[in-house]
Amino acid sequence: MIRRLLTIATQEFRLARRNLWVVLATVALALFAAALGFLGAGQGAALQADVLSLTAASLSTLSVYLIPLIALLMSYDAFSGEVERGTLALTLATPARRWELFAAKFAAQALAVGLAVTFGFTIAGAAIGAAYGASAPGLFAWVRLVGSGFALGAVFVAVGMTLSALSGRTATAAAYAIGFWLLLVVLYDLALLGGVIAAGDGLFTTRIFPWLVLANPADAFRLYNLAAFGSAPVSGVDGLAHTMPFPPEAALAALGLWLAALLALGAQLTRRIKP
Amino acid sequence: MSETILSVEALSLGYGRLRVLEGVTLTVAPGERVALLGHNGAGKSTLFKAILGFLPPVIGGIRVLGHAPGFDAARIAVNYLPETVAFPRALTGAEVLRYFSGLRRAPRTAVPELLARVGLAEAAGRPVGSYSKGMRQRLGLAQALIGAPRLLLLDEPTSGLDPISRRDFYEVIAEAAGRGASVLLSSHGLEEIEHRTDRVAILSRGRLVADGTLEGLARRAALPARIRVTAREGQADRLQAKVGGTRFNGCHVDLTCPPEETLPTVARLAGLSSLVSDVDLHRPGLADLYRHFSDLAPEEARP
Repeated sequence: MIRRLLTIATQEFRLARRNLWVVLATVALALFAAALGFLGAGQGAALQADVLSLTAASLSTLSVYLIPLIALLMSYDAFSGEVERGTLALTLATPARRWELFAAKFAAQALAVGLAVTFGFTIAGAAIGAAYGASAPGLFAWVRLVGSGFALGAVFVAVGMTLSALSGRTATAAAYAIGFWLLLVVLYDLALLGGVIAAGDGLFTTRIFPWLVLANPADAFRLYNLAAFGSAPVSGVDGLAHTMPFPPEAALAALGLWLAALLALGAQLTRRIKP
Repeated sequence: MSETILSVEALSLGYGRLRVLEGVTLTVAPGERVALLGHNGAGKSTLFKAILGFLPPVIGGIRVLGHAPGFDAARIAVNYLPETVAFPRALTGAEVLRYFSGLRRAPRTAVPELLARVGLAEAAGRPVGSYSKGMRQRLGLAQALIGAPRLLLLDEPTSGLDPISRRDFYEVIAEAAGRGASVLLSSHGLEEIEHRTDRVAILSRGRLVADGTLEGLARRAALPARIRVTAREGQADRLQAKVGGTRFNGCHVDLTCPPEETLPTVARLAGLSSLVSDVDLHRPGLADLYRHFSDLAPEEARP
């Protein structure tokens, strides 16, 4: 079992590297982070925050869009693509179990996305730190960002793979992936914001809204990162990060729950795949 | 314990309400090469997928070396080459084989030898994306030979290959069979399997309509031989009056006669040398046999 898991994961990671996924994702994330840091650096003095912390705060909002997109793009045809190319039948004709295939592919792709996040943000963070100086809170903010970015990437790799196992066809899986990205990353926030505006200070805003924020992995990621800033200049849904009735670590737990649930669901769905 | 590698017993299965296989019974002995023939949609690929354990039988059963499909012992014993397979273009041939060796618990050190056996030793380090169609198919065959399987399932392995590649392909298959591997392969190329397989099974609309050696099938079908007689100039009418048959193209007379009368008929024609200039004997080939058995209505079909 261990040998099979390692064989599949190694192959999958090698493919991610050969197809330049890791490199391209790293470059994209590093460029975005560096652009935010250097272009936004001027506001640092006015807001009495160091550039590193400030960039980490804006980057956590940008990452909510970018990291899920990268993770979904990488994973959406994990199974459907192999069904169409005919290689899945070959793999499943060996003693490899379906859950092993799911687990090993997930591990490799989550690692690939995670490494891209780590390298991309570390490169940009180092450049910003070198240019504007680094403070302890700023460094911690980046460590949190990279760590939770790893988790966010893993959750959305699991989303993409589950959708891939569910749909069986690459085109359908792509549509699902884009749909889920829009739903979880864009529309969910708009709906929540609309709800808060409509409800004012009512029951929805104080009791239900915080849990709804926690229930979305993308929002949970942002919540965790923003709650750590004492004076981050954030507004909208993010501005409410400080009024949550639970500690920021609860957001990490939410990501963990999502991951566990998706892995269980996805591994179960692989039984329905017709190779 | 048993002398059967594969036994398929009264197998019926289908997708939803559609029955694809109906009461198929088939056995394959060690070292035997069996060709599975059938029109498109006859159920060949479905039978392969059932043997691999991807599709559960509705009625009947399958045993691979006595094990049910899908169990490890059966999965190790069987290896497979699907009709169409596209390995990741970014990986090299050696990497593809190492991957499947890892999944089958086969030694990775055997990979270079496998590649050499299918003539890909030099391309081992090149990405699959740069391979020609024939090379990719040979890589697929090398993949199917990993771990010295007891049963090779090859789904139309030579479709789209040129005659030379085809011959090489069958040589590798014969070599594997010589080592004791059984082979069950499907094909549309009727001529190519004629001298390269031991037994022929014909599927038609999900039923097995014939199963036996080519000689046995030919005897059972008792298909008539066709004799085309070329008449000497101006003698065609007299020839037809003497031997019967139908006229063709003015100077030919076509005769059909049952297998046991072929020789007497030819002898008689030889005695008519004043009328006959040439005799062309056409014995029923595999294509005729195939057509004969495929066209049998399901009621007439005998397994």
